[in-house]
Amino acid sequence: MPTFVMTEKCDGCKGKDKTACMHACPNDLMVLDKEKMKAYNRDPWHCWECLCCAKACPQQAMDLRGYADFVPMGASVTPLRGSDNIMWTIKFRDGMVKRFKFPIRTTEEGTAVPGGDFAEGAGDLNSQALFTEPASLLMDEVPTIKK
Amino acid sequence: MPMNFETVEVTTDLLIVGGGMAACGAAVEASYWAKKQGLKVTLVDKASMDRSGAVAMGLSAINQYLGVGKGKNTVEQYVEYVKNDLMGIARDDLVYNIARHVDGTVHLFEKWGLPIWKTEDGEYVNEGRWQIMINGESYKVIVAEAAKNALGMDNIYERVFVIEPLLDGDRIAGAVGFSVRENKFYVFKAKAVLAAMGGAVGVFKPRSTGEGLGRSWYPPFSTGSSAYFTIRAGAEMTCQEVRFIPVRFKDAYGPVGAWFLLFKSRATNAFGGEYMVERRDELQNWAPYGLVKPIPANLRNYLGMLDESEGKGPLFMRTEEAIAKLADAYKDDPKAFKKKMKELEAEAWEDFLDMTISQALLWAATNTQPEEKSSEIAAAEPYFIGSHSGASGAWVSGPEDIAPPEYFWGYANMTTVKGLFAAGDASGASSHKFSSGSHAEGRIAAKAAIKFIVENNTQPNVDMAKVEELKAATYKPLELYEANKDFTTDPEVNPAYIKPKMFMFRLQKLMDEYVGGVTANFSTNQAKLNRAMELLGFMKEDAEKLAAKDLHELMRCWENIHRMWQAESHVRAVMFREETRWPGYYFRADLPKMDEENWLCFVNLKWDPATGQWDVFKKPVIRLFE
Repeated sequence: MPTFVMTEKCDGCKGKDKTACMHACPNDLMVLDKEKMKAYNRDPWHCWECLCCAKACPQQAMDLRGYADFVPMGASVTPLRGSDNIMWTIKFRDGMVKRFKFPIRTTEEGTAVPGGDFAEGAGDLNSQALFTEPASLLMDEVPTIKK
Repeated sequence: MPMNFETVEVTTDLLIVGGGMAACGAAVEASYWAKKQGLKVTLVDKASMDRSGAVAMGLSAINQYLGVGKGKNTVEQYVEYVKNDLMGIARDDLVYNIARHVDGTVHLFEKWGLPIWKTEDGEYVNEGRWQIMINGESYKVIVAEAAKNALGMDNIYERVFVIEPLLDGDRIAGAVGFSVRENKFYVFKAKAVLAAMGGAVGVFKPRSTGEGLGRSWYPPFSTGSSAYFTIRAGAEMTCQEVRFIPVRFKDAYGPVGAWFLLFKSRATNAFGGEYMVERRDELQNWAPYGLVKPIPANLRNYLGMLDESEGKGPLFMRTEEAIAKLADAYKDDPKAFKKKMKELEAEAWEDFLDMTISQALLWAATNTQPEEKSSEIAAAEPYFIGSHSGASGAWVSGPEDIAPPEYFWGYANMTTVKGLFAAGDASGASSHKFSSGSHAEGRIAAKAAIKFIVENNTQPNVDMAKVEELKAATYKPLELYEANKDFTTDPEVNPAYIKPKMFMFRLQKLMDEYVGGVTANFSTNQAKLNRAMELLGFMKEDAEKLAAKDLHELMRCWENIHRMWQAESHVRAVMFREETRWPGYYFRADLPKMDEENWLCFVNLKWDPATGQWDVFKKPVIRLFE
């Protein structure tokens, strides 16, 4: 299956009402087996391999096994997502390993202010200007076509 | 009913349906204006906003950024580009409206914390003329955070799948849906509704039909809910024939944009021939659009497809050649060369890791290093995506200051149903808005929706008898399953019902074979379309026999009903347009030429909720400038 959960590592997010992977999956594929306290991907045929689940897993209990109908075996691509960067470990079928680290955000989590710090517009519901405009356009006015 | 389902009623002013880029833009903008007016905004999402919609995985570029304020491009130039790419079929007013606002939205993304690549002078790094490079793994998380901060979690319903509109005469009155995890049926009553539930994937048979079924280029959870919702409300739809087929790295569908635009790679066939050069004369047949630069996406597809059908495949992206050329400039300086190669390697891999992790895995699994060998590219299966180089969606009003009278009915982005707005993949004829433009369009639509509410400030009447009827219909697949499952020893095979997965395969097979999917070489004709309609007729009847063993399968049932309606509207539009206009998206083998005299127009269609009748008709293309 595209993403899989390692039995040893998964702790079912310690019995909270939903696991991190269940919260993340955009296709609602992850479920918690409450008896075993282990999560699993219930329908790998619908998995996009977006790895939102693996990135969210607090135990790094999830990884990716490529689609068995076209991906040769033996490689892996594993994310380790932190608060401001993500580290990728790519293992090739022939054993070669590559590592990459990329920034993921420049601000602290939770701090996004809807209007940025752009000056509010005139507040006219009938104008074409959105609430941060024209400031957020870096212009003096919203462009239009002179009829 | 087999289980006890509680009905939860939510009364609000503006209901935003969806959680992707357009919906997040709508949430941010609507919250501001609603607060000023003392109005309530509610958002309902099938998934959870952090990772819902087409940007769930992330993106490696923002494909629409003009830099108007920085004097880089004009809004008019963008309109020109989009019009030509869609072979003349675009709404100038809508494209203009999004393009004039999109830069402001991108500047907000940067403030919120999205890392955008910068040059040494602090300018954004362009991939192509309109595309800028980002470190976009958390693009959606960041954009959702601003939307959630604007709305407040109390006004957000996650894991609730909206399936049907509620109407009060000719005005939208709300929507109904169900929790995919709890036994709860939701009734949202609203003065205006903004539809932003994405495009449609899985209508056509994908190339991979085993486990790789999920590896669609656009996400498998975009299932035609926008199209279904707006069609069922009686909204006029446009460009339902204008599907999109991306040419991407074969099988895993990794992005090619960075390779073509940033790394300047060539694509060649198995014999080393370059179809874009060797087949240049073919472009004359599609003039004037075939002669513009950049060459429209569908024509680039088409030239490659001609090579494939003549047996000249596979087609290759010449990554090794491109990297060698880029590195060539440093050949006399080994240290600088090493540094440049390392930089290029990271850029190439991040391009995949940010938005198509499967492609990185496929390269690793086939021991592919792009600097050493070429990789195959191929045309994927067709998708419905009004935000990219497709155009399908609802027919919406343009903005007051620039829309011609034929394109204006009171409120920007309002469909032909009063109070029902659409944005992102839900609105049509405004292609090339991508992630950033979808967000900007969500903002435009939300502001207009608040204006509509202020000027029409009455709560529409919701017919509760109709709601009960919808509730029964919603859960019918569970009931059907319970009532019949014990008749056979294997509940998967039962003459009384059909499970959603097989229903989906049935739809995909007929669309593929008769409506120009992959195995039909993207080609169709009137006789095949007639056969598709006949088979769709059986499917519509059998949709009444969809069965689900749990809420998850119930979600799959409704997703496939939504797909089926997207399919029908597509077939009707392809039938109506008596020409071939986008040969790299679909080819009418019986009408193989473009007919500017008769078909330089929109094909619109409408389903009447009162009678169940479809009406297909032309609408004029009106240019705002030449």
